[in-house]
Amino acid sequence: MNLASTNTATNNVVEVKEVCLDFHTKDGVVKALSNVDLSINAGEFVSFIGPSGCGKTTLMRVLADLEKPTSGSVLVNGMSPAEARKQRAYGYVFQAPALLPWRTVQDNVLLPLEIMGYNKDQRQKLAQEYLQLVSLSGFEAKYPWQLSGGMQQRVSIARALSVEPQLLFMDEPFGALDEITRDHLNDQLLRLWQQTKKTVVFVTHSIPEAVFLSSRIVVMSPRPGRIIDIIDCNLPADRTLDIRESPEFLAIAQRVRAGLAAGHNYDD
Amino acid sequence: MTTSIGRKPSSTIPVVTVILAIIMIWYAGAINLNSPQIIDRYEKKGIDWSFTQLATDSWNMKRAVLPSPHQILAELKTTIIDKNVTSKRSLVFHAGITLSSTLLGFVLGAGLGISLAVGIVYVETLDKSLMPWIITSQTIPILALAPMVIVVFGAMGISGLLPKALISMYLCFFPVAVGMVKGLRSPQPMLVDLLNTYSASKWQVFWRLRLPSAVPFLFASLKVAIALSLVGAIVAELPTGGQAGLGARLLSGSYYGQTNLIWASLIVAAVMSASLVSILGIIERKVCYRLAGGQEISNEL
Repeated sequence: MNLASTNTATNNVVEVKEVCLDFHTKDGVVKALSNVDLSINAGEFVSFIGPSGCGKTTLMRVLADLEKPTSGSVLVNGMSPAEARKQRAYGYVFQAPALLPWRTVQDNVLLPLEIMGYNKDQRQKLAQEYLQLVSLSGFEAKYPWQLSGGMQQRVSIARALSVEPQLLFMDEPFGALDEITRDHLNDQLLRLWQQTKKTVVFVTHSIPEAVFLSSRIVVMSPRPGRIIDIIDCNLPADRTLDIRESPEFLAIAQRVRAGLAAGHNYDD
Repeated sequence: MTTSIGRKPSSTIPVVTVILAIIMIWYAGAINLNSPQIIDRYEKKGIDWSFTQLATDSWNMKRAVLPSPHQILAELKTTIIDKNVTSKRSLVFHAGITLSSTLLGFVLGAGLGISLAVGIVYVETLDKSLMPWIITSQTIPILALAPMVIVVFGAMGISGLLPKALISMYLCFFPVAVGMVKGLRSPQPMLVDLLNTYSASKWQVFWRLRLPSAVPFLFASLKVAIALSLVGAIVAELPTGGQAGLGARLLSGSYYGQTNLIWASLIVAAVMSASLVSILGIIERKVCYRLAGGQEISNEL
């Protein structure tokens, strides 16, 4: 990598060019991603939305170096995803809480801090701070099975935040939760993003969730997985969940829905 | 946290029932198997005999084909309680010798099994090359192998504990290796991905994820392995010509037709094996309880 390319990439946290990814399965080749182009600026909240099999999670896994693209170029913070991962440039929240059952809530949050070699005082301080941020102070000594699904997912969010990454990947983090918990966590996540100015990449299949949270929405479609629309979504920063009834919210939601319908093949 | 671990219905009555049934069948079998010789004797001496007399005589016959339970108990009493522990006729003395090689073989076998499993999981070449050899090793009957090992080591001037422990090790590394490979590969892909996003080293993944995930699999294997280790120790004691150990007692019992001694040795071996498995079971429950974060677990053997 030369200096020039590093410099041009400073504003773009994520730069994806003509990325294709094929999975070879027993039934033949599945085109999970086909000619995907996308750039994400620092401080944006970008959602990938689309039906199952549209490659939204795959695209995020490519960005996180959990999957290698078949062709095309990907830069994360101006580096290859592998380098970015080695530099621990991002935090990743999975679809499930993915907590270690033998560790307490506190020790689960400490896990990345231990692996990344933070000293003991820093570890304790960061774990306390981020457990407080997700309103889980007082639950440090509990084990994962003693918490509800929503609380477990909040632990996993605190764990991803504890290493203070500037880039956060969230793969349907609230997909398995009930509507009320989900609304509550959406609200909390929005505040968190506004406070910390992190860049967030968010995968969801819920239109209201995407519109409520995002500054940009990437609409994707399956077979082959591709981007069919990118919608700017500049709702007021001080929005609350009530905005979901407003005309501007509904207009954006309508456009997302239209995009999804256009890309959907009803023969499937 | 004070949670009562799953209260099971009492198992005393079923266990006692089964034991009583076995004892009854045993006494009936003793009459059946021992009576031909007794009847022979009656006929030679021309004695009139009743069934009660036949039963009493078959239950108290010396060198019986099938000694009755009270005879075996009496043998156990003389060889365990009445004899001094250092005496060569004490079963405690012989059980101790068998136990020491069982435990040494178990430790060596578990160590070998775990090392092989780590190699197989972490080194691709070993993954592809080692398993067929491990499986082949177990197709060789231990009864054929044991005398050779003892003889070869004896020729090298090494006898006693080590060759016996090696035979136990040979039997018990296999279940440990197989169980441990499965265990080390058991973490969900999502958890492996999670540690990859932290760019964790192989050994960080091993200590923090793979090893704790493998522990329940490891214990299931260890329980099989320790029972096999005892079998290995006894088999290894047979070709030594009956010097010491439960295997040696079994052998001399069959040389001299002392069926009481054979049965007493078998019972000591069975009790020892069951105790070793139970001890591992207790440790397993404690460890797995902690690994589940204090949640009740119900995977009992």
